[in-house]
Amino acid sequence: MRGADRSKNTQNLDKRVCMTNCPTLIVTVGLPARGKTYISKKLTRYLNWIDVPTKEFNVGQYRRECVKIYKSFEFFRPDNEEGLKIRKQCALAALNDVRQFLTDEGGQVAVFDATNTTRERRETILRFAEQNGFKVFFVESVCEDPDVIAENIVQVKLGSPDYTHCNTEEAVADFMKRIKCYENSYQPLDEELDRDLSFIKIIDVGRRYLVNRVQDHIQSRIVYYLMNIHITPRSIYLCRHGESDLNIKGRIGGDSGLSARGKEFAKSLGQFIQSQNIHDLKVWTSQMKRTIQTAEAVGVPYEQWKALNEIDAGVCEELTYEEIQQRYPLEFALRDQDKYRYRYPKGESYEDLVQRLEPVIMELERQENVLVICHQAVMRCLLAYFLDKTAEELPYLKCPLHTVLKLTPMAYGCKVESVCLNVDAVNTHRDRPSNIDVSRLPEEALLTVPDHH
Amino acid sequence: MSTEQELTQTPLLKLWLPGMGRALGQRRGSSRPQFTNCPTMIVMVGLPARGKTYISKKLTRYLNWIGVPTQGECISCASNALKDIANYFTKEQGQVAVFDATNTTRERRGAIISFAKEKGYKVFFIESVCDDPEIIEANIMQVKLSSPDYENYDKEEALVDFLKRIDCYKMSYVPLDEEKDRHLSFIKIFNVGSRYLVNRVQDHIQSRIVYYLMNIHVTPRSIYLSRHGESELNLLGRIGGDTGLSSQGQKYAKALAEFIRGQSIKDLKVWTSHMKRTIQTAEALGVPYEQWKALNEIDAGVCEEMTYEEIQATHPEEFALRDQDKYRYRYPKGESYEDLVHRLEPVIMELERQENVLVICHQAVMRCLLAYFLDKSADDLPYLKCPLHTVLKLTPLAYGCKVESFYLNIQAVNTHRDRPTNVNVARKPEEALQTVPEHL
Repeated sequence: MRGADRSKNTQNLDKRVCMTNCPTLIVTVGLPARGKTYISKKLTRYLNWIDVPTKEFNVGQYRRECVKIYKSFEFFRPDNEEGLKIRKQCALAALNDVRQFLTDEGGQVAVFDATNTTRERRETILRFAEQNGFKVFFVESVCEDPDVIAENIVQVKLGSPDYTHCNTEEAVADFMKRIKCYENSYQPLDEELDRDLSFIKIIDVGRRYLVNRVQDHIQSRIVYYLMNIHITPRSIYLCRHGESDLNIKGRIGGDSGLSARGKEFAKSLGQFIQSQNIHDLKVWTSQMKRTIQTAEAVGVPYEQWKALNEIDAGVCEELTYEEIQQRYPLEFALRDQDKYRYRYPKGESYEDLVQRLEPVIMELERQENVLVICHQAVMRCLLAYFLDKTAEELPYLKCPLHTVLKLTPMAYGCKVESVCLNVDAVNTHRDRPSNIDVSRLPEEALLTVPDHH
Repeated sequence: MSTEQELTQTPLLKLWLPGMGRALGQRRGSSRPQFTNCPTMIVMVGLPARGKTYISKKLTRYLNWIGVPTQGECISCASNALKDIANYFTKEQGQVAVFDATNTTRERRGAIISFAKEKGYKVFFIESVCDDPEIIEANIMQVKLSSPDYENYDKEEALVDFLKRIDCYKMSYVPLDEEKDRHLSFIKIFNVGSRYLVNRVQDHIQSRIVYYLMNIHVTPRSIYLSRHGESELNLLGRIGGDTGLSSQGQKYAKALAEFIRGQSIKDLKVWTSHMKRTIQTAEALGVPYEQWKALNEIDAGVCEEMTYEEIQATHPEEFALRDQDKYRYRYPKGESYEDLVHRLEPVIMELERQENVLVICHQAVMRCLLAYFLDKSADDLPYLKCPLHTVLKLTPLAYGCKVESFYLNIQAVNTHRDRPTNVNVARKPEEALQTVPEHL
């Protein structure tokens, strides 16, 4: 088939549209505690969310599997022959898995997360990539701010399996010595010597960037993403609009106003937000009446984003599930078969929604404290991004009405606190029924439809 | 029921606003994304023939297209320029001003920074550094020699003279420095984009500017824009929908294939929308193509698949509002041209990255893309002529874009409806339908 769907990344190579022509190997560079793993995991999560199959390969992990018990920093001493041998083996084992992922498993981007601080090690990787037809893009993190480094160590190193048997002081002391082992042989990427390589050098957690030879679209997107993320502590609040008139009737989509209970929720939300004492909160809504009504009750300025509008159900707009089953039984079954990719006739799919929401995610990354008042499908997509959910899980994430999710970035992930504001609402969550065959009976199709008027 | 939560939908933009007639200033809900909260001065830095004006003009064009009121200033006299900029921000509600001059000394830049600080403007520097003599010579040939300064010179003399002019600046040129200027916000572009140094991006608009600058290039190439071949609904004078090609449309698809072959284009990428009519057109080309949902035609909401006569009959007020402000008007449950531009931004960004591309799209979409390349205002955009069966070849040249129009000689209906004289809601149907093109 000649016409490749740009938004899809299917396994069938003929159909696949590449953002790149060949797989990309992202290689981190930097001393320990410079945020390499943080960047690797975040980047991997982002790329997977925008449908670029990506996987990270943390060499430290391989080392822990090889050397079951970590004794001390001595393992990392540059004169420790045994240590060097093992570390090199681990790197090669990881590269082997990279090759498998990119060549045999349909992966498009692999993130090779290790210090890679010597030119020699990077040469090895470049040769490996060349042999296998992979593009290479280096991401170096350079940081000399002692506060940032100390905070890193506290957040992610102390909890590492390496240090389960140590107290905090011992762990910190050992880790600082570990960093020292790398410092002498560290050869940062150089403007001149490495001018033919493609890379981004991130200096002081994003204060400054040096970007060299961006080769293609995916590298350009990666650079843009890396330049927008930050590590300033903040929280993102996600919630849906208050219960709407159409919600009560069990109808999907539309642009109705809040029910009486929905208005109550809006007031409670206002009170909840006040009580949280959030510094400089930004409030975002969609351009649909129900989210705006909800925001009005919070009483602070808000920004309307068309991109936050609920998924467009096309010909099924404002129908109940019963009506959809009656008029479009085939469509209804197809949706249950692949809820993520299924597109409503003259409407959208979750996949389309993710693409539409990408600028919202990018801006959320730039911002600090934000409250997003949106819709069920939209909230599922945003949540999937923050909690690294797959395309299969995404359309079934539970996002009930009248519940606020508070997301706080923590270590390598996100802490989630769920706050139910104690105002009753209908349930709008429809689980996947057991029978998704087009020949199923109406009762089987409607088995999981939540109650409504 | 609190009146606070009573919302009304504005008739033109279809935006939900609280209360009736609450003053715009009191509105809590802003419907335009906040790119920045205070005016921004973009200050170009660099020796002559480093592409400063090229970058300024292109950036200005891009920012205006995405809805950020921007003005470019090519300056010879600094103090006047600063006054003009202040004027633009306060009196004309501008958001970004581009100060295009060499600004090669720390002293000059210091003066600009003080001025901005005093007024509360943000400053973002864009420095272009280039030491490749071939690029510099090419620049000079492309844009300097045709300047009024060199009217009476022959090419060789002009080149030599200009190079000497550059030398004069070189003596006092102090580039932005990683260390000394570490508190400033800037991007340093090396050798037309092979390397960038980015320092202290302050906000959203600066982040977008950096992303844009990192995606543009100067490699010669052409962009071909065309609509799908004539469709069944086109023949019936109906808007929107998702029909296939008419027999004339199919003829066009074949003619387009022949035309493209005749152009002998190196490494051509072909893009279509997800709609049947553009895909059918692309299929006739016999080459791989990429489908973009973002290239789908404007969603006419409740008016989808109607004729203009039907819209007048069923939604006369909407029809009039559209004529009053065609760029901002949003169809009920549909989109506006303004929404379309927003949706097309990633397409433009990728077009900037690419080289030779043929985009097979739709009338409203093509108008938006064309407006970007030809720097057309929001007022002109919805009335740009993009007839069926005509290919536009756009080739970047000097500071703008050369346009060549190729009508492939296959008959098609006219789908262009001009703005009628009477746009008043109270107008008669005949007045509304005056400019509707003929159809079956």
